[in-house]
Amino acid sequence: MIKQVMRDKYFLLLLAPVLIYYVIFKYVPMFGIVISFKNYNLFKGIWDSEWVGLKYYIQFFTNPDAFELIRNTFLLGAYKLLFGFPAPIILALLLNEVRWSIYKRFVQTVSYLPHFISVVVVAGMLTLFLSPTIGFINDVIKAFGFQPINFLMEAGWFRTIYVASGIWQEAGWGSIIYLAALTTVDPQLYEAAEIDGAGRWKRMLHVTLPGIAPAMVILLVLNAGQILEIGFEKVFLLYNPATYETADVISTYVYRTGIVKGNFSYGTAVDLFMGVISFIFVFSANYASRRLGETSLW
Amino acid sequence: MYHLVLNDPRILLGYKNTIVYVALGTLLSLSFTAMGAYALARKNLVFGKTFMLMIVFTMLFSGGMIPTFLVVKSLGLMNTIWAMTIPGLISTWNLIVMRTFFQGIPKELEESGKMDGLTDIGVFTWIVLPLSKPALSTIGLFYAVGLWNNFFLALLYLRDESMYPLQVILRNIVMAGQYSDAQVVSASGDEMIVEESLKYATILVSTLPILMVYPFIQKYFVKGAMIGSVKG
Repeated sequence: MIKQVMRDKYFLLLLAPVLIYYVIFKYVPMFGIVISFKNYNLFKGIWDSEWVGLKYYIQFFTNPDAFELIRNTFLLGAYKLLFGFPAPIILALLLNEVRWSIYKRFVQTVSYLPHFISVVVVAGMLTLFLSPTIGFINDVIKAFGFQPINFLMEAGWFRTIYVASGIWQEAGWGSIIYLAALTTVDPQLYEAAEIDGAGRWKRMLHVTLPGIAPAMVILLVLNAGQILEIGFEKVFLLYNPATYETADVISTYVYRTGIVKGNFSYGTAVDLFMGVISFIFVFSANYASRRLGETSLW
Repeated sequence: MYHLVLNDPRILLGYKNTIVYVALGTLLSLSFTAMGAYALARKNLVFGKTFMLMIVFTMLFSGGMIPTFLVVKSLGLMNTIWAMTIPGLISTWNLIVMRTFFQGIPKELEESGKMDGLTDIGVFTWIVLPLSKPALSTIGLFYAVGLWNNFFLALLYLRDESMYPLQVILRNIVMAGQYSDAQVVSASGDEMIVEESLKYATILVSTLPILMVYPFIQKYFVKGAMIGSVKG
């Protein structure tokens, strides 16, 4: 053992900053979770604050907002999966049919771009486009003689806006992996199908789709595991008290009650509850993908 | 219009802050990621499996927002340049991609370096790193874009307005509608139109750097996404 450590001493030295980072910023906070069982007080510190057991967990579950928060988090994730998962596949299939390669490359370049735009810019553009007074979407609605809709102030629109903008931002980037899978499809299969009289549509259905099916299954499973990972930033930037009823999710609630109002123990309890559920999702998804194919997170 | 935006002291300050955060953050993140990934890429590294497990586990479970916040606070990083660069120092995903890349470098090259009397660190610096320019630039770009776009760290850890990066200032202008006095005075004419154009101009000015370099570096990004799709 000591011999091995000596042999690898330079490697351990190279690895040291990474390990220190993970210990301080990932593992110390994991132990910091104990504050959810204590009445944490900034001045007393973690050790001297008194234990309160499950007080904050009970407080969360008896809170009338708890159900709404869990439902919102789950539904946003579910809609994102339902509509966001097929989008890159469809885009990749369409791009695969494009014969003019300059055009194809142009579309690819343009569709990858939104992935690199910041959430603040996306939220800002949505605010401007959807504004009831200056937004062009409402200009169109008004031109047809309807009343303008104040999209961002109406709870009923939040999920649609969240999911649709997510597709706009990520569909192109997500299509890369499918386009890569498509290049592995044997061209002879296409020729054979053509000789058998299959048109373009039939070829896509019976050659292309089965060709990328393994990639689809793996990504579906991995995406399903991420269902509760709702990005904090976008919800935070787009929601407001008028839309809390559909928009408020666990992470934004933790931020408001924990960080802004300073209820550190309560916020940590809520966060841990969701973290555990999320862990179960990711873990089972990864288990499933390992059974289905060779790909897994670890 | 652009004149108004570009003369807004907050935008200039935000630009300056963001550039500093991106430069320092990318340098630190990329160096430490490359060093760590090289060590982890070694097949028989002592405790290698344990370290890898420990790192991957953080992808599944984390202490959450508040315990991390308290750690950053107790280390005295709040309102410093380190608040923007250290809490997100290593991206586990990038670390794994980098490791996968290093695993593909032929062992013979490293052995030849050792024959010439280099230490392991010497092999890494003089043989492996020069061979890894494509991977380094890809991961560096991912880090740089992440830092440029970062809003979350600033929201949590920066309270002092003079430290705000561009994204926070952008949000304050576009979403919350705060203007500096000079703009309100000079914009009092056709208010609605001016307000709208000002917001668009602000968005464009803050996104322009990415839009301008994007077409040239796009292929690196795509390569990065492809390496990431292969299991390590």
